[in-house]
Amino acid sequence: MVEHIHSDGEEPAVTLDAFLSQSNATAVRLEPDEDARALIPHLDRLALIEVAFPKFRDGRGYSSARILREAGYVGELRAQGDVLVDQIAYMKRCGFDTFAPEKALNPVDIEAALARWPEHYQSAADGAVPIWKLRHG
Amino acid sequence: MYKYDEYDHAMVAARVAEFSDQVKRRIAGEITEDQFKPLRLMNGLYLQLHAYMLRVAVPYGTLDSRQMRMLAHIARKYDRDYGHFTTRQNIQYNWIKLEDAPAILEDLASVEMHAIQTSGNCIRNISSDQWAGAAADEITDPRPWAELLRQWSSFHPEFSYLPRKFKIAVIAANEDRAAMRLHDIGIQIVEKDGQHGAAFYVGGGMGRTPMIAPLIKDFVPLADMLSYAEACLRVYNRYGRRDNIYKARIKILIHELGADEYRRQVEEEFKHVKSLGIDPPKAEFDRIAKQFAPPPLDASAPDDIDRSDPDFAVWVDQNVAEHKVSGHAIVNISLKPVGGIPGDASSAQIDVMANLGEKYSHDELRVTHAQNIVLPHVRKADLYAVWQALDAAGLATPNLDLISDIIACPGLDYCSLANARSIPVAQKIATRFSDLGRQKELGELKLKISGCINACGHHHAGHIGILGVDRKGTENYQLSLGGSGAEDVSLGTITGPGFDEDGVVDAIERVTDKYLATRTEGERFVDTFRRVGMAPFKEAIYG
Repeated sequence: MVEHIHSDGEEPAVTLDAFLSQSNATAVRLEPDEDARALIPHLDRLALIEVAFPKFRDGRGYSSARILREAGYVGELRAQGDVLVDQIAYMKRCGFDTFAPEKALNPVDIEAALARWPEHYQSAADGAVPIWKLRHG
Repeated sequence: MYKYDEYDHAMVAARVAEFSDQVKRRIAGEITEDQFKPLRLMNGLYLQLHAYMLRVAVPYGTLDSRQMRMLAHIARKYDRDYGHFTTRQNIQYNWIKLEDAPAILEDLASVEMHAIQTSGNCIRNISSDQWAGAAADEITDPRPWAELLRQWSSFHPEFSYLPRKFKIAVIAANEDRAAMRLHDIGIQIVEKDGQHGAAFYVGGGMGRTPMIAPLIKDFVPLADMLSYAEACLRVYNRYGRRDNIYKARIKILIHELGADEYRRQVEEEFKHVKSLGIDPPKAEFDRIAKQFAPPPLDASAPDDIDRSDPDFAVWVDQNVAEHKVSGHAIVNISLKPVGGIPGDASSAQIDVMANLGEKYSHDELRVTHAQNIVLPHVRKADLYAVWQALDAAGLATPNLDLISDIIACPGLDYCSLANARSIPVAQKIATRFSDLGRQKELGELKLKISGCINACGHHHAGHIGILGVDRKGTENYQLSLGGSGAEDVSLGTITGPGFDEDGVVDAIERVTDKYLATRTEGERFVDTFRRVGMAPFKEAIYG
């Protein structure tokens, strides 16, 4: 389920470099220019991957999210930063399950945005059945 | 023609609802213009110099008469009674009110049309050969492939915030009528061992750094096409430059990596993506292809044309092309009357074309990247009636591919990016060369004008190209020669110092005079240029 969070008391996410050089962290933060595939050998011990969106126009985090889900990551995948209500439906499709926007979003708008699309033309990382499959069973 | 099913209808309806909500929130001040901008752009809405401009998608340039009439209706009801057909086979309206945009999108949706992804840093409307399904030289109709790509790219969650816009063209003939290799991805459907597949050319484009796309993969089977496209896009989304808007197109990435390294990365990504099962089954392609089945054309229809009316004969020779089925022809309607605005058509003219499409062309029309309209399936016996109706509506200018069949961007008359006006230059050139005999003597000569470095008017691909620049506050026009957007693709070379508006028209006349004096039998302008090079033309221009 999608949550709109900032929970207290969780372990802070460390940088990718710090994570790769210390064995006990369970939360990591991925910047847009960092390679999500560097995390693939370590997905088992990760509980949280926070993907940074310093600017909403920078769409690299969408690919990072899909790559992580495609590699079998099942932990929390969080979009953090310049996360706007008009982006979260696509983010969810790419595998994000939590959102930490810098500017709080209106919960009614979030609900409307996530309920907007009845179906999807293509498969992504959210498990939705694409329209072509609905057409052909 | 592709017909929406319940899913397609629901997706477009959801988009209209979404955008109506976004406009409402923008008008209420709940989102900033900066936040609204990418949303309106992904719905085709630009803020131009004087008003909002709405760009409506015409997927692969194909329309039926009902849709064409809707375009006329929108021009009449919401704009100033005309529309402008564009180099992406779309139509744009120049005088739109923001608050009308949701109603326009609803009107469009009622005829299975939309403005989805006609701008913004996403995968744009897929373009194609305007003679698809009719051309004598095609190996198959490319549009089912284009439609498959249209659906895959619509609302693509991973590729809606790309470094920059992304344009795909699909053709299936050796003659390239869609400037395929000047696209971010150009696909040519080819045949190998009796199977059709897609040759992928990636990294072409115009703009300030024009490039011809290199071949990245010579044959991608239908069953892998979307996975391959997804791999191409993913490498770009991850590694395309985002630090400089002028270096953000995929052509720069491929130029910097080299085609071989880009190909290696795509192949690696493809191996992974292919395992995800994102390619639809053949049954989906067949479902789409069935809707593009050829119309029931009678191959025994009379194949000769009564040419007794000389004006009609002139038009037939210039604007009518060979159809794959005997007794039929492809009619090209020029939207380039002398002194007119290239690509513009009034509501009344759009209605005339819609009616002709319905009555004489199996309810089909096409928009071309050269900003003209095509009736793809006309019986030769009906050509005279079609010509008479076109002539009465000011639509029978017999100048297809001649010097006055000019591609021009809207330029500084409308566009907020432009440095110079394009339309008055186009009008002056067409007027200077208005004598049809003179135009025909010059033969095929593709003249293309852009009002700024972004090259929407395809000037790099013009046999003669004109680029308007701002030079110390005055409009200045650079001339280039030798470009082509066709199968003999090439980029034009700048002649030298630029000109003012009248100066560039004079320079073109010196260029064409030099061509006539230099050509050998049967040589087009661009062939002569390629044979003799720039020097003689330069001398003719600058002395």
